Amino acid sequence: MHQRSRFDSVREFIVEKTVLLSGLASIVFVLLIFVFLLKEGLRTFGIVSLEDFLLGRKWYPISSPPKFGILPLIGGTLAVTVGATLLSVPFGIASAFYIAEVAGPRMKEMLKTGIELLAAIPSVVIGFLGMVIVAPFIGDLFDLPTGQTALSGAVMLSLMAMPTIVSIAEDAITAIPGKYREAALALGATRWEYICRIAVRAAAPGIVAAVMLGIGRVIGETMAVMMITGNSAQIPHSLLQPVRTMTATIAAEMGETVPGGDHYAALFAIGLVLFVITFFVNLVADVFLHKDRGTVQ
Amino acid sequence: MTSRSKEKIAFAILTLTTILVTMPVILIVATIVKQGIGAINIEFLTTFPRNGMREGGIYPAIFGTLCLVAGAVVFAVPLGVGAAIYLNEYAGENLLTRLIRLAIINLAGVPSVVYGLFGMGLFVIFLNFGASILAGSLTLAVMNLPVIITASKEALSAVPQPFREVSLSLGASRWQTVRHIVLPNAVPGILTGIILEVSRAAGETAPILFTVAAFYLPGLPSSVFNQVMALPMHLFAISTQIPNISLETRYGTALVLLGLVFLVNSFAIVMRAILRRRRKW
Amino acid sequence: MVDERRTHTDYKFVIRDLTLFYGEKRILNSLDLSVRRNEILGIIGPANSGKSTFLRTLNRMIDLTPLVRAEGEALLDGVNVLGNVDVHFLRRRVGIVFALPLPLPLSIFDNVAYGPRRHRSVQRGELPDLVERSLQAAFLWDEVKDRLHEPAMNLSGGQQQRLCIARTLAVQPEVILFDEPCSGLDPISTARVEDAMRVLKEQYTLILVTNLVAQASRVSDRTAFFLSGDLVEVDETEQMFRKPSDQRTDDYIAGRFG
Repeated sequence: MHQRSRFDSVREFIVEKTVLLSGLASIVFVLLIFVFLLKEGLRTFGIVSLEDFLLGRKWYPISSPPKFGILPLIGGTLAVTVGATLLSVPFGIASAFYIAEVAGPRMKEMLKTGIELLAAIPSVVIGFLGMVIVAPFIGDLFDLPTGQTALSGAVMLSLMAMPTIVSIAEDAITAIPGKYREAALALGATRWEYICRIAVRAAAPGIVAAVMLGIGRVIGETMAVMMITGNSAQIPHSLLQPVRTMTATIAAEMGETVPGGDHYAALFAIGLVLFVITFFVNLVADVFLHKDRGTVQ
Repeated sequence: MTSRSKEKIAFAILTLTTILVTMPVILIVATIVKQGIGAINIEFLTTFPRNGMREGGIYPAIFGTLCLVAGAVVFAVPLGVGAAIYLNEYAGENLLTRLIRLAIINLAGVPSVVYGLFGMGLFVIFLNFGASILAGSLTLAVMNLPVIITASKEALSAVPQPFREVSLSLGASRWQTVRHIVLPNAVPGILTGIILEVSRAAGETAPILFTVAAFYLPGLPSSVFNQVMALPMHLFAISTQIPNISLETRYGTALVLLGLVFLVNSFAIVMRAILRRRRKW
Repeated sequence: MVDERRTHTDYKFVIRDLTLFYGEKRILNSLDLSVRRNEILGIIGPANSGKSTFLRTLNRMIDLTPLVRAEGEALLDGVNVLGNVDVHFLRRRVGIVFALPLPLPLSIFDNVAYGPRRHRSVQRGELPDLVERSLQAAFLWDEVKDRLHEPAMNLSGGQQQRLCIARTLAVQPEVILFDEPCSGLDPISTARVEDAMRVLKEQYTLILVTNLVAQASRVSDRTAFFLSGDLVEVDETEQMFRKPSDQRTDDYIAGRFG
């Protein structure tokens, strides 16, 4: 049997290997990120123990001797994340149901475009507005010495988590097989009863994934929190205190460090902690996202 | 209460929340336009900052952002589209494919500031590019790879399977099928992904903080190994580092950045709408 | 089943002991069947009798279906196509027309020219001529000659299916497989496709899988009857429809099941 020309087979071979390499690039980059965080950050644990690093209550990176305890930073991230999640989850999920089940087609298109635009606003712009509008407002509202607090950060970050939560939850709700809806409505249920009793359960894994990805977004957010939350590395006792998150610490302090120095290494170690946290958050989200849908009794 | 009236109340609440969720977009845009429009003029867009950035324009920051975005596109698009072609057209359902997918999900979730650290460790220091356009573009490219892969893969998988079968049944090879049937029909979708990448790359600050962006530079870059100013970095700098700068200048800078990002985004949105309407199969 | 009076070279395809699996399930059992040069071999049988998968085996389109696996031999001019062959070249020699008309999202002209362009099998200047001949052989030329550069999607269903035939012909195959080519067509379009087939057998070897018993009786020279993965019988069409040798064939043709 005749064969194709040599040129054709060589071309096929080259193309196949090239696209395979492009596919492998993602794996390579994830490994490279991990390797470089380790390479630059691991040295920190020669200076402080892992326990003192994670649970140390003092972050004084430039005092002598320096203290590298990131508990205040973890506390800051936690405060902002919890605040933003509490704000964005109920609103985000309610809006997802509205868009998926209630809104007419025109309205739906408009809302989705709006949500998309919200997602497109650069975080530095959100940070800027938080700084000049929201923080002073919150300061006045609660009569605080400064409005640059965890709460101000949480409010702005809830806006940034919103598009993720709304769009992924909406996808999950829309993906519920139409037969459930038809069956429920045929049995005389109202659309609201369908949403409460069936849609919520059927879309639950997707909604959990939406929340997880929203949380991942909040934990990783940098510029806005750096500009709004007051940058004070102390363990917060309320949302009305200034805080400093892990991300903001890296962004704010990296400029002052000497590459290769202790402070520099400690910032990479914080990056490593962030990397590990977001890795698991995304992994869990993905597991939920690919869970079989439609397990309604 | 009847279930009908319950439904009415519930839907009213849902409507209200949705308004609450989408209102901020309008408020943000309105505020920035209202406060910033006064600062926008030809001088603002085309001259260098003066007097410790309190006066003059933001031209070098606009120019720098365009450089970075162009660089990010050049690096990320071939790699991202290639990866999407591999995943959608060549890969079987095996461990490697699952690993690649996991890696992409993970890349999409890595915080932007961690990309900054990575870019600094790999491009700036290890590869010795220094803080430069090259290092910054590469960092942004890696960060936006998942966006391009995901959008391209979606566009490729939207091309109906039977087209591929027909092409193969006529004796075309796999690559010929991709090149002549799949790609031409996926181009609009892929472009949408690229445009989204552009808009994200233009607005990112954290990844360029330590890899490229300069606080202030008196001239434009002369090679890819130079630093540049960038719009988001500039907004950050004049908002937090320089006292006594007029609010209008800051709003004006925010308006230019937001305008750029939205302009690019609306391209993507319009393109997708046209694409949906034109699709025949 | 091989007719002993004929010599080996009278056969285009000789299939020996062919077994097809879908996963662990056998969908075709140890089939022996030969296809003569320049005949139309009809294959009839109820749904799920394995006839479509059999057809796709002959040009290795089954390679695209992950779970399907073939054992045995299918000799095309003496070479086993199930062995280590260049499948792209095999598909140039053994073309296929699918059940539903599937024009590519291109113009009419580009659809027909798709194969030759990929194979660079003709000079650029000869392409319009090849396209015209292919469209004529598929009885479509007169209807489309003034609008060759319109999208193929604008054609009617019957025209689209004839376009698909022309597209297969333009590759200049030796064998053409028809996989229920008229299942989506109205009677008039069906008649036109059948007309095309009768002419095509002068030059090509045709294998026609059909769910229409009457269609096999109208166009095929010989007919094979498949039932749940077995070849029940194969014979001259006239003979088979006058007096089938197997009761099950008789029942199927008479419409008592299937």
